[in-house]
Amino acid sequence: MAWNDSGNGKDPWKKEGSEPHDLDRIVQNWQRRISAIFGGGGGGSRSPGGASGAWILVGLLLIAWALTGLYRVDEAERGVVQRFGAYTVTALPGLHWHLPFPIETVDIVNTEAVANYSFETEILTADESYVYIQMVVQYRRSDPVKFSFEVVDPEVTVQQVTESALREVVGTSSLEVLVTESRDEIAPRTREILQNTLDTYGLGVTVTSISLENLDYPPAVQAAVDDTQKSRNDRDRYILEADTYAQSLVPQARGQAARILEEAEGYRERVIAAAEGDASRFEALLTEYQQAPRVTRSRLYIEAVQEVYQKSNKVLIDADGSGNLLYLPLDKLIGNPNRLSTADPGRSLDSRMPSESVAPDESDAARDRRTRQ
Amino acid sequence: MNNARFGILVVVGLLLVVLGLSAFTVNERELAIKLQVGQVVKADYEPGLHFKIPIFQTVRKFPRRILTISDQPERIFTAERLALQVDFFVKWRIVDPVTYYTSTGGSEIVANDRLSEIVRDAIVTELGKRSVQQAISVERVELMRDMLDSASVTAEGLGVDLIDVRVKQVEFPEDVRDSVYQQMREERARVAAQRRAEGREIAEERKASADREQIVILADANRQSQIIRGEGDATAAQIYADAYNKDPEFYTFYRSIDAYRQITGQPGDILVIEPDNEFFRYLNQSDGGE
Repeated sequence: MAWNDSGNGKDPWKKEGSEPHDLDRIVQNWQRRISAIFGGGGGGSRSPGGASGAWILVGLLLIAWALTGLYRVDEAERGVVQRFGAYTVTALPGLHWHLPFPIETVDIVNTEAVANYSFETEILTADESYVYIQMVVQYRRSDPVKFSFEVVDPEVTVQQVTESALREVVGTSSLEVLVTESRDEIAPRTREILQNTLDTYGLGVTVTSISLENLDYPPAVQAAVDDTQKSRNDRDRYILEADTYAQSLVPQARGQAARILEEAEGYRERVIAAAEGDASRFEALLTEYQQAPRVTRSRLYIEAVQEVYQKSNKVLIDADGSGNLLYLPLDKLIGNPNRLSTADPGRSLDSRMPSESVAPDESDAARDRRTRQ
Repeated sequence: MNNARFGILVVVGLLLVVLGLSAFTVNERELAIKLQVGQVVKADYEPGLHFKIPIFQTVRKFPRRILTISDQPERIFTAERLALQVDFFVKWRIVDPVTYYTSTGGSEIVANDRLSEIVRDAIVTELGKRSVQQAISVERVELMRDMLDSASVTAEGLGVDLIDVRVKQVEFPEDVRDSVYQQMREERARVAAQRRAEGREIAEERKASADREQIVILADANRQSQIIRGEGDATAAQIYADAYNKDPEFYTFYRSIDAYRQITGQPGDILVIEPDNEFFRYLNQSDGGE
């Protein structure tokens, strides 16, 4: 920005009532005035040599003094100008000049820059537990005049009041409520209390944001909290396992039940079918029997007994009264049925085969012999 | 001519010195009082340039801005005689510089001590009436109300205004903290155990319910099964009875010889027979013994 840029009406050169562009002219102007004070005439023209040199020196010193009044206000800043300590004007961004010290002074305050104040703390909650909080407060020095004049240590005050406001918010809630429900309310409520308090102090600061970076159980308790978190998963897992068990068990039972029923049906069909079969067979036979009862009965009897005898080893004892002397080694007969093979040649052939010790051709010869018989 | 000039210079110089001694500034951050031989002659100074009579009059300046008292945390006992560490700060400002000057001699340290004593007493009294829990959740408004009642007289006497008293921290002493943590851990452990037990409870209920369902399904199936089997047996019995009743004697004969066939005639059986039965009737005699 050009140093002679006027337009806001606060151009310091104009204040002096002189031409804005010409430094030389200002110097001349001052020189004239000073000469007038000392009763001198044309700015040292009447006393050449050493005297004129002294005047030039004085003039230069005056210029240097005047130049100390130059100051620049950046875009984000405001200049608080005080004349003899009394506030006069707030300088907007640009190059300015104030009456040099000690007449006027200026305090430059950055009103746009956002200051950060971050802190972490553990606070007692209403239920006598600790909550761990990380918070970042951002604020702006929105009122440069108040910021400069109203409170000693404005920055420290912001920190003190933030902590106090946070404690006020947290101290009235229990830990459980803080961690779950009212988590989102903490920052806004703290901000409200903070801003209101700062306003009553007239601090000239605007809180632009408060963000709750972290709100949790204290680190000393974290392991237990993690386990609690895990317990929720465990609970769900137990239930899921039970459901898996239940959902596989019941269909399995239904399948089993279906099998039992099917088997029962099968049994019913089977016994009925067996009964019907047996009955039909009997009835068919009965019909034939009724036509020739005597013959049929004998035939049936003899066939049956033949079959019984045919399949069994048998000893025929055809001697009345010889029963007393008869010795039958039943145990040997039972243990070695092959000895009795002669009673049933057909059967003994089959059963003797595996234990035969004679040569195969001999055995074949024996078989031939028997077959011929 | 040179002397006259020199004379003027001396006069101007003297004027400047007098001016320097008699002028003083009061800035926006200050309050000032003018004293003349120990007596306050003027106090209501606006910020700006002011004058006094050199040597006879002196000027004392005090801060006009809000000041802070922030002491070490205070150990305070609650109603149940438990110790709490309370950290607080006080905001105050000088409103009546004359009273302030006469009562404190203009020393900020003196004022600080007096004020912090009042405030500390008020906090001790106030929190001493409360339980720990109430002390923790005490709000600024309540604290201030009682504070101002007891402190306003003293503050007025000092020419200051108590703007705010805020509690920054309410803390347990170091040794109690650990037991609080322990308590919190146990509380968490209790919740964890409860959750797991709940999970097991629900799991067991569902498993038992499934078991019951299984038992009921199978029992029902078995009942049905027996009924069906019974039907089958009944029908079969009826069929048998219907058929065999047509000639019970023949049935007995038929069934008997069938049974003989079933029970004998296994390999290894040995029959010891006297050939005088029905079957061997013709073995010895061709006419069957008739």
